[in-house]
Amino acid sequence: MAETVFAPWDDPNEKPLIRFRNVTKRFGDFIAIDDLTLDIFEREFFALLGPSGCGKTTMMRMLAGFENPTDGSIELAGQDIAGVPANKRAVNMMFQSYALFPHLSVWDNIAFGLRRESNDKAAIAARVEEMLKLTRLEKFARRKPHQISGGQRQRVALARSLAKAPKLLLLDEPLGALDAKLREATQFELMDIQEKTGTTFVIVTHDQEEAMTVASRVAVMDEGRVMQVATPERIYEAPNSVYVADFIGDVNILHGAAKPVGQDMYEVGWAADHTPVQASSSRPFSDGQPCHLAIRPEKVSIHRDRPAADNAVRGKILDIAYLGNLSTYHVELPTGDIIKAQVANTRRISRRDFTWEDPVWVSWTKTAGVLLAE
Amino acid sequence: MNRLSSFNVVSLTLGFVFLYVPMLILVIYSFNASKLVTVWAGFSTKWYGELLSNEAFLVAAWVTLRVAVISSSIATVLGTMAAYVLVRGGRFFGRTLFSGMIYAPLVMPEVITGLSLLLLFIGIGLDRGVLTIVLAHTTFSMCFVSVVVSSRLVTFDRSLEEAALDLGASPWDAFRLVTLPIIAPAVISGWLLAFTLSLDDLVIASFTSGPSATTLPMKIWSSVRLGVSPEINALSTILIGLVAVGVIVASLASKHAAVRAKRDEQAAARAA
Repeated sequence: MAETVFAPWDDPNEKPLIRFRNVTKRFGDFIAIDDLTLDIFEREFFALLGPSGCGKTTMMRMLAGFENPTDGSIELAGQDIAGVPANKRAVNMMFQSYALFPHLSVWDNIAFGLRRESNDKAAIAARVEEMLKLTRLEKFARRKPHQISGGQRQRVALARSLAKAPKLLLLDEPLGALDAKLREATQFELMDIQEKTGTTFVIVTHDQEEAMTVASRVAVMDEGRVMQVATPERIYEAPNSVYVADFIGDVNILHGAAKPVGQDMYEVGWAADHTPVQASSSRPFSDGQPCHLAIRPEKVSIHRDRPAADNAVRGKILDIAYLGNLSTYHVELPTGDIIKAQVANTRRISRRDFTWEDPVWVSWTKTAGVLLAE
Repeated sequence: MNRLSSFNVVSLTLGFVFLYVPMLILVIYSFNASKLVTVWAGFSTKWYGELLSNEAFLVAAWVTLRVAVISSSIATVLGTMAAYVLVRGGRFFGRTLFSGMIYAPLVMPEVITGLSLLLLFIGIGLDRGVLTIVLAHTTFSMCFVSVVVSSRLVTFDRSLEEAALDLGASPWDAFRLVTLPIIAPAVISGWLLAFTLSLDDLVIASFTSGPSATTLPMKIWSSVRLGVSPEINALSTILIGLVAVGVIVASLASKHAAVRAKRDEQAAARAA
């Protein structure tokens, strides 16, 4: 492929659109954001992901201008925006509650921001029509917000926040109020609109699947700190801590001590009377250093007889979670640890190979897991 | 539909009799041909005619109306501002004291309010007249407006204002274009409340009015002391009629709005 991959964060010459520098935000004694440094680039679809209370909404409100950092600086396109009030920033926000003005029609809601900066009626009308077309709302322009459905309201909120062509669009849990099917469709619609308009999007969400689907990069946050910033693939395949590995998707963790056995290769002694498991790691570990081996369930396979694999452990099936397309087998090891193995259900359920209480072997390759220090 | 039990019928009847028999008697006797209030001498509307030619009553009615309109308008502006600061201002120094003091006139005896205002007006040498009644009525009715408006503001979704700011509106524009239209029903009912309070106030007006300005309640009170005349009955009947029409119109309007909102929601559900 001749097409270059979109990865401005790897290019040292690229100037970030947003730059958080040692930002701290305190509410009284509570530290919402703790010495945070982060760059977000133009045209990115950046996701702030974390449990509630991790500070992601505070970060967004600081970008919008509703909160000011206690310490540190936030730059937008090279300018410190600390003292700039919300109504003077080239940043727009889509609120979690949508915050549509109930007394104005869909058309007037979208025109609200445009009317604040210009009196050119024809230009405003043209821009509103463009936004209505982009969000497929032409038919509902004259309706009031309570006369349309939840999904349509969500699109009005998006159209309204995009109407002024902001440098940066903030989305606060934009799909939280939609049901699962509509959510999925809307995720792709959001990505499509982001691509069409070329606006930088920053989305706040607690839904890891949503973050993984839409974002070019994801920042996983916990207690006011950013734990890891990377592309969805890297976050999933190469988490840098047990917290991130555990927060994103499902994971098996084996605790043990590392022992170097060659170039980037380690043996992990995880139980006294079991053979150590093999794991590769580009991160260095010293002899005897405590470590955690994180393995995704779909990288663990399950067998009736001992397989010829790098790592194989005996166990007994404790539980089977049938999810339709997948089944997750919970295999209890003699040590009491539980390893989850995920298997695609390519056959009909009547032909399933394993059932409860079956003695089985679980196995994984030495490159399947990630060795983590903390 | 449940049928009412005899107990319910009795309590309902008692309640309504208690409330409305006095007024009913007043209305009936306003159409009495006799000058004696307690003796029925046939139907007549002559007292209404006499009322309309009674200069003193008309002047008093005009004073009352002016005072009510001006004082309730000023009270609405001040009360809305106070409510906005109390609900939106966050925790500023003296907030508890301020909110307590805003609501104090609600429970303050009118005699005390009236007396203290009278002393103030004498102290600063303000001639008593329409102006002083307006000031006095504004003072005691703005706290009612403030209560009504702040109860609406508490449930007001703050992100609407933030959205307006975010879209480039100045704080004043956000208030004018978003907050005010949404809380308008509360502001209007606050105004109506202040208007009615001013309309029927007797005590405070007596303290703060001068010889040049007499309000309708004061005029009624002073003429009743010389004996109840059928003219007063006619005047009171007109007032009851006005209030009843106002109440009926207001409740029909709110019912209409509720029906429309429900229809809109159903339409939205179908569209989804």
